[in-house]
Amino acid sequence: MATSTPKALAGEERPSPSPKSGGQGTGRSRRSALLHRLDVKGAPYTFVAPFFVIFAAFSFYPLVYTSWISLHRVELATLDSMTWLGLDNYIALWNDSRFWNALQNTITIGIISTVPQLLMALGLAHLLNYKMRNSLFFRVASLVPYATSVGAAALVFTMLFERDFGMINWGLGLVGLGPVDWEANKWPAQLAISTIVIWRWTGYNALLYLAGMQAIPAERYEAASIDGASRWKQFTHVTVPGIRSTIVFTIVLSTIGATQLFGEPLIFGQGPNGVTGGADNQYQTLGLLLYEEGWNNYQMGRAAAIAWAMFLLLVLVFVVQRMIARLRSRTS
Amino acid sequence: MSSLGSMRAKTVAAAAAAAALLLVVGCSSNDSTTGGSKKDGKVVITMGMYGVMGFKESGLLEQYEKEHPDVTIKAEIAGDEQTYYTALQTHLAAGDGLKDIQGIEIGRAREIAETRADKFADFSKAGGTDHFLPWKQSQITTEDGKVLGLGTDSGAMAVCYRKDYFEKAGLPTDRDKVSQLWAGDWKKYVDVGRTFKKNFQGGRVAYMDSVSGLFNAMVYGYSEQYYDEQGKLIYDKNPAVKEAWNLSADAADAGLSAKLRQFQPGWDPGLANGTFATAVCPAWMLSHISEKAGEQNKGKWDVAQAPKGANWGGSFLGVVNASPVKKEAQDLVAWLTAPEQQATIFKKLGNLPSSKEALDREDVKNVTSEYFSDAPIGQIFGAAAKEIPDKQILGRKDGAIKDTFTRGLVLVEQGTARDKAWNTTVERIGKAVG
Repeated sequence: MATSTPKALAGEERPSPSPKSGGQGTGRSRRSALLHRLDVKGAPYTFVAPFFVIFAAFSFYPLVYTSWISLHRVELATLDSMTWLGLDNYIALWNDSRFWNALQNTITIGIISTVPQLLMALGLAHLLNYKMRNSLFFRVASLVPYATSVGAAALVFTMLFERDFGMINWGLGLVGLGPVDWEANKWPAQLAISTIVIWRWTGYNALLYLAGMQAIPAERYEAASIDGASRWKQFTHVTVPGIRSTIVFTIVLSTIGATQLFGEPLIFGQGPNGVTGGADNQYQTLGLLLYEEGWNNYQMGRAAAIAWAMFLLLVLVFVVQRMIARLRSRTS
Repeated sequence: MSSLGSMRAKTVAAAAAAAALLLVVGCSSNDSTTGGSKKDGKVVITMGMYGVMGFKESGLLEQYEKEHPDVTIKAEIAGDEQTYYTALQTHLAAGDGLKDIQGIEIGRAREIAETRADKFADFSKAGGTDHFLPWKQSQITTEDGKVLGLGTDSGAMAVCYRKDYFEKAGLPTDRDKVSQLWAGDWKKYVDVGRTFKKNFQGGRVAYMDSVSGLFNAMVYGYSEQYYDEQGKLIYDKNPAVKEAWNLSADAADAGLSAKLRQFQPGWDPGLANGTFATAVCPAWMLSHISEKAGEQNKGKWDVAQAPKGANWGGSFLGVVNASPVKKEAQDLVAWLTAPEQQATIFKKLGNLPSSKEALDREDVKNVTSEYFSDAPIGQIFGAAAKEIPDKQILGRKDGAIKDTFTRGLVLVEQGTARDKAWNTTVERIGKAVG
């Protein structure tokens, strides 16, 4: 036993070289070369695999399944029985005034919340960019609204905008103006919802702008001031062009956010009125319409069709945006 | 060295990929258990409920456990019925995540009976369950006679009113006289409102909280509401619905409503600050009013008989067929909904029994509410419950239809012409239930 083992071991060891010492020709070394190649070529894929496996399960599969559902009549109570409809859900959506109303509301709320928000963020970033005491405090403070949950923020604003006992109507009463029924009327309601969005996102965008501004070399400002440019001229001719790519980025982010607007109007309306975006759908966004069809009327097929319509809409917006950008770069 | 390093990396990567796969596979594994179990004579029963159904709050579950040492009850209570029901539906569809006993709200009863009857145990042969009001039992019975659950509370209605405001409007304050003012006809209730509005001295107080309370009370007083007996939708043709709509619109046009929405934020401060004088109130609403109107309004509220009997709300307890402890769960449900236990809940929490026997008990009849000026709520609601039509025809989408009518009436309150609001409402319902 004792003598045979080393011999057998040695006999096995000798013809097997390490992969790096060459020795091609034998099956074993070919296998190790293959292993090596797999290691070099395959390992990166293995490393990224977890993300893609999860992506496939939680993003791609739902996406495909949603599109499949959107071609059927499916109710939440009986998810297991589907009736094939083809494109009927989409055709019905196209002919549904509620869809166009929700689309219009999404666009108007999007505009009256995004435009002032980004302008204010730009101004705020400009102020934060000055050298001042406690600047860190103000920078952190501007991020606080973003850190609060949508639910909490929307709830507080809902109480502020309450008709009978809200603080805003109380304030209006103090200066001699009549109370406004914020929730019941279209534009006041949309304005109130926009306020919540603006409050939450202005500081966040301001910090993004601030980061962009700090990357602008100080010499440009010095040169500008030597040329006699005022603060305002510096802002419009140095700062804004300097952070153009950041501005584009925030516009893209805000557009996505505005298209998916959901939590603020839902809580603002409270209960059944939130889901429908007011008694007259006066502030129902696409997100709310989706929720109403899916979780109020339990029509999953129709809800899925709305989800896809929203997705296609975003794609359309970006195609148009790219086309405009390309046209502009061609003309300039 | 490098090959050893890459070996380790490979192992890590493989482990990560395997973990990710496991995560995914784990999500789709389907072992349709309900959480309940029976082992060595020890029984665990799980319950899914919502809101204040009263079984846990009144200590009845603990009492049952004490009387049956082998039984452990695990109750899970969701605050919001809408969320609860959405989850229940997905659990039923997936056959996973269910509890042995599930609460069923009245607005969902028909949908369950029509689409999920095979998932729930039949109580029709359980015996000892013939003590319910006839209309209550019929709500959860399928066409072929299966009883899918047993009734908990019911929603017989009365009118809650503020005595102090009635006095300021020169109206009687005694509850019997107030009941007389509108006895037999909801129209008279609105007429009293006109008098109230004309004569009320002292500040801006509306006669009623919202016209949708009135609408519900009227509609739910009929056997046929939004569906006929064959299950056909008749919400747009039923004269009862149209009559309720018109009277509610009259009240709105006359400016009798505070234009609040029940159970939504503006309503609670309205109760606390006393911005309205009456509210049509099912028994289960009393606890909400007393809680939100607060100590400062104690004794100012009172309860009068509603013009006509009607039922708004109420729940059931069902047992799922997949339960491994079906028999024990059914026994528990039968006990929890027995007259004695229903009486206990009424005395402690004010949820009105749906059991005829319970309503006839002396200790139920004698219940009074201290907050509501010692009103004999046992008698008032007990009498109202017996006035409810014996047959209550429910439909699959009752809840959604009711909500849409409520929204339509909000439109009227906000100034839209009633015919236009009616057409909008009918169109919306057509889209929601079509």
